[in-house]
Amino acid sequence: MSELTRISLAEARDLLGKKELSSKELTEAHAAAVEAARPLNAFITETPDRALAMAEASDARRARGEAGLLEGIPLAIKDLFCTEGVLTTAGSHILDGFQPTYESTVTANLWREGAVLLGKTNLDEFAMGSSNMTSHYGGAENPWRRSDSNAKLVPGGSSGGSAAAVAARCALGATGTDTGGSIRQPASFSGIVGLKPTYGRCSRWGIVAFASSLDQAGPMTRTVRDAAIMLRAMAGHDPKDSTSVDRSVPDYEAALTGDVKGLRIGVPKEYRVDGMPAEIEAIWQQGIDWLTAAGAEVREVSLPHTKYALPTYYIIAPAEASSNLARYDGVRYGLREAGDAPLVEMYEATRAAGFGEEVKRRLLIGTYVLSAGYYDAYYNKARQVRSLIARDFAEAYNHVDLLLTPTAPSAAFAMGEKMDDPVAMYLNDVFTVPASLAGLPGISVPAGLSADGLPLGLQLVGRAFDEETVLRAGGVLEAAAAFDAMPAFVAA
Amino acid sequence: MLIEGDTGTWEMVIGLEVHAQVISEAKLFSGASTAFGAAPNSQVSLVDAAMPGMLPVLNRVCVEQAIRTGLGLKAHINHFSVFERKNYFYPDLPAGYQISQYAHPIVGEGTILLDLEDGEVREVGIERLHLEQDAGKSLHDQDPYKTYVDLNRAGVALMEIVSKPDLRSPAEAGAYLRKLRSILRYLGTCDGNMDEGSMRCDVNLSVRRPGDPLGTRTETKNVNSIRFVQQAIEIEARRQVEVLESGGTVVQETRLFDHRSGETRSMRSKEEAHDYRYFPDPDLLPLELDPAWVAEIKAALPELPDAKKRRFMEDFGLSAYDAQVLVAEQANAAFFEAVLQGPKGRRDPKTVANWVTGAYFGALNASGVGLAEAPVDAEKLGGLLDLIADDTISGRIAKDVFEEMWQTGRPAGEIVEAKGLKQITDTGEIEAIVDKIVADNPDQAAQVAEGNQKVVGWFVGQVMKATQGKANPGVVNKLLKGKLGG
Repeated sequence: MSELTRISLAEARDLLGKKELSSKELTEAHAAAVEAARPLNAFITETPDRALAMAEASDARRARGEAGLLEGIPLAIKDLFCTEGVLTTAGSHILDGFQPTYESTVTANLWREGAVLLGKTNLDEFAMGSSNMTSHYGGAENPWRRSDSNAKLVPGGSSGGSAAAVAARCALGATGTDTGGSIRQPASFSGIVGLKPTYGRCSRWGIVAFASSLDQAGPMTRTVRDAAIMLRAMAGHDPKDSTSVDRSVPDYEAALTGDVKGLRIGVPKEYRVDGMPAEIEAIWQQGIDWLTAAGAEVREVSLPHTKYALPTYYIIAPAEASSNLARYDGVRYGLREAGDAPLVEMYEATRAAGFGEEVKRRLLIGTYVLSAGYYDAYYNKARQVRSLIARDFAEAYNHVDLLLTPTAPSAAFAMGEKMDDPVAMYLNDVFTVPASLAGLPGISVPAGLSADGLPLGLQLVGRAFDEETVLRAGGVLEAAAAFDAMPAFVAA
Repeated sequence: MLIEGDTGTWEMVIGLEVHAQVISEAKLFSGASTAFGAAPNSQVSLVDAAMPGMLPVLNRVCVEQAIRTGLGLKAHINHFSVFERKNYFYPDLPAGYQISQYAHPIVGEGTILLDLEDGEVREVGIERLHLEQDAGKSLHDQDPYKTYVDLNRAGVALMEIVSKPDLRSPAEAGAYLRKLRSILRYLGTCDGNMDEGSMRCDVNLSVRRPGDPLGTRTETKNVNSIRFVQQAIEIEARRQVEVLESGGTVVQETRLFDHRSGETRSMRSKEEAHDYRYFPDPDLLPLELDPAWVAEIKAALPELPDAKKRRFMEDFGLSAYDAQVLVAEQANAAFFEAVLQGPKGRRDPKTVANWVTGAYFGALNASGVGLAEAPVDAEKLGGLLDLIADDTISGRIAKDVFEEMWQTGRPAGEIVEAKGLKQITDTGEIEAIVDKIVADNPDQAAQVAEGNQKVVGWFVGQVMKATQGKANPGVVNKLLKGKLGG
């Protein structure tokens, strides 16, 4: 494996800036890594030719003295972002052959800043899942292996392909989307950094929608600094997304002062859930100790409605999804089955064949909770609880500046585990979902290894639009953890 | 209107839901054009086609139009309203949901005044007005086996305007639709063209014994002219009475009006009714209106038909009927006021009203042209009326002159001059003619002397005939009465 794929995004940027490296060289190294990593099934579509063309164009721009924030940096893009002229699948059979004629705002922002597209990464179908196993294209594989077993592990989900690609050194960074933990949980499982920004920070325009009030794009990288650099390029107000927020985008990298003295960190007591593995408890305590040692004040806080977060999420997200996915009807694009049959049969055949089991499960749940007679008991109640959950956070932030929690209740599990128990799968999101419901920014930073050698992440959740504090404290955790373990796939 | 059934009298209770297409350049949530009649699927944005990842962005102009309409209906403007998704599957609904308003519409209760045939004015309540997207069109007649879809209309803004169940007859329903259309046109918020589908109507109707509580209603969908609305009401009310009188019960259902067969047909029952699963659209923030903006829109409202009618009656002494006819269309009222305003001050309103609503509108109708293309404009018509006012021509002659003007477009004065139609007002000249006619007809003169006043009219006719109608009728009458001693 080329040394060029082992450096960080920031290091690559600096080398490119000093003209000690061309984007072409960097991109070729990564395109080769993408190819070499095919056994991981991290990519649904590889775009090496486009990558090379973009890299050459980038080198030409740099030669003219023009350079964006990500000039010449090869990235992987979750296959939920629409990319002009490049197959966009959302991990679903129902979008067969769909090549958008448009570019999502976030990816357009990345290209505007000079980034290079390596390919489109695997994901749970329509971002519904925590394992990447619901993808129509098969699960992506985690480049990590347990120290005592050769079992193939999931990279987490739904942004599993992006996490695997970054962890396997195929890309310097990748985009993810996070609805209930889909950036943070796979980051934790794959030993990388994943940042879900505040809802409204990045435009949702051109991202295949799962649950509109929750979906948010964010960077997945190997370092906190890289996440800061990438977020700055991704973020910004977009008049095409009514829920994107018109606030200037700060220089997030400048926020990485390494100083958390006096910062008040809350540890929510309700997150000490029954049955939490001891090593998760331990890594959490380790995080508390690191931040304390760095001069932060850690104190316990209460988020009393935490226990309702997961059920609330699993009402609101499917409800929105049941409506968002109605457009996949076989009429205008993607799959059409039984095209000569009467309309309703065509609908039924197309959607029966086009959607996988998990998507169907959620569409049924979502349809049910919005139905006449059940709406108030489920959807409306969930909306009310959601506002209580948001209030919990607001109350906590009267006393602290950040919250520290584990990212996920376990390390990566094996492919095939939990597959027959949806609820066990949903429990993966128990620590990430509350911040999603409240729209708050959260980061997962690799903090250590489990007893069997798998990465474990810690999560920091901040105030709305305070990604700077999240990143600053994330940088301190990162430095203290000095996480330098390599996944088996890379080390091999 | 009461219906006499076999078992007694029934009253019909009617509420109307009108879908009025908003006048705006672009659609409610996309930048695509709304122009009527373009080639199929030529005015479809990525949002309208519900491509993956596309998001709606609210068109401010459409909101302004809804507010303007609400204010024109003297309705409460809700400063907080919410767009919700109405979910159902149909090929002409690309997203699988229509963005509409449900629990929190932009406009609440208002009123509308009906101008009824007998000159009576009746107030009808408006329940609400909300904004929503139109669907596309399914074309079933292009191919024997396939249905084609045209999405040009998909996403165009509609205002759904719901009346209270205050209407009691087809005539009232007609008056309601005409008045609503008139207000929308005054406001410039909907062109009201029912034949192009820019105004469509659903009829909610039930019958009951006068004084009883409301009966079960049916909803008759998409009735696309005022005449058909009135027919559908008549037919559906009679159907319900027959059902009830034969011991049955009216089923709450959606029905379709077939104007060819003259019947309403069941479309779907309450059990088959869609569960639309309304919920707030998470792609859109709640709509919060700045009260200052609403006030600004209110201040810029035009004078509306009711106010104009009142002014025409109060300031110009017009009858309720004349005022009503003139204000129904804003352009007609403006034409009336343009004719009223002569170069030497205000012309006589009554005369102007009579000419405009009579000869002028008659000519417009007969020739099938609009005001803008009419050969006689306000200035020319005013010129004609001035010739009457200063006794240059008589009203009788004026009718002929007007016809000539309509044919040729020439001004009245020119025609009168060229054809020598100037009225004879010289008493001496007329007296000579009168004397001759009286002398030539001693028998008739004797009849007048015996008290047969009707014969005076015969003499007037003879004089007018002798002068080709140019003698001033007042002078003729006066002279004849003197000569004949009648």
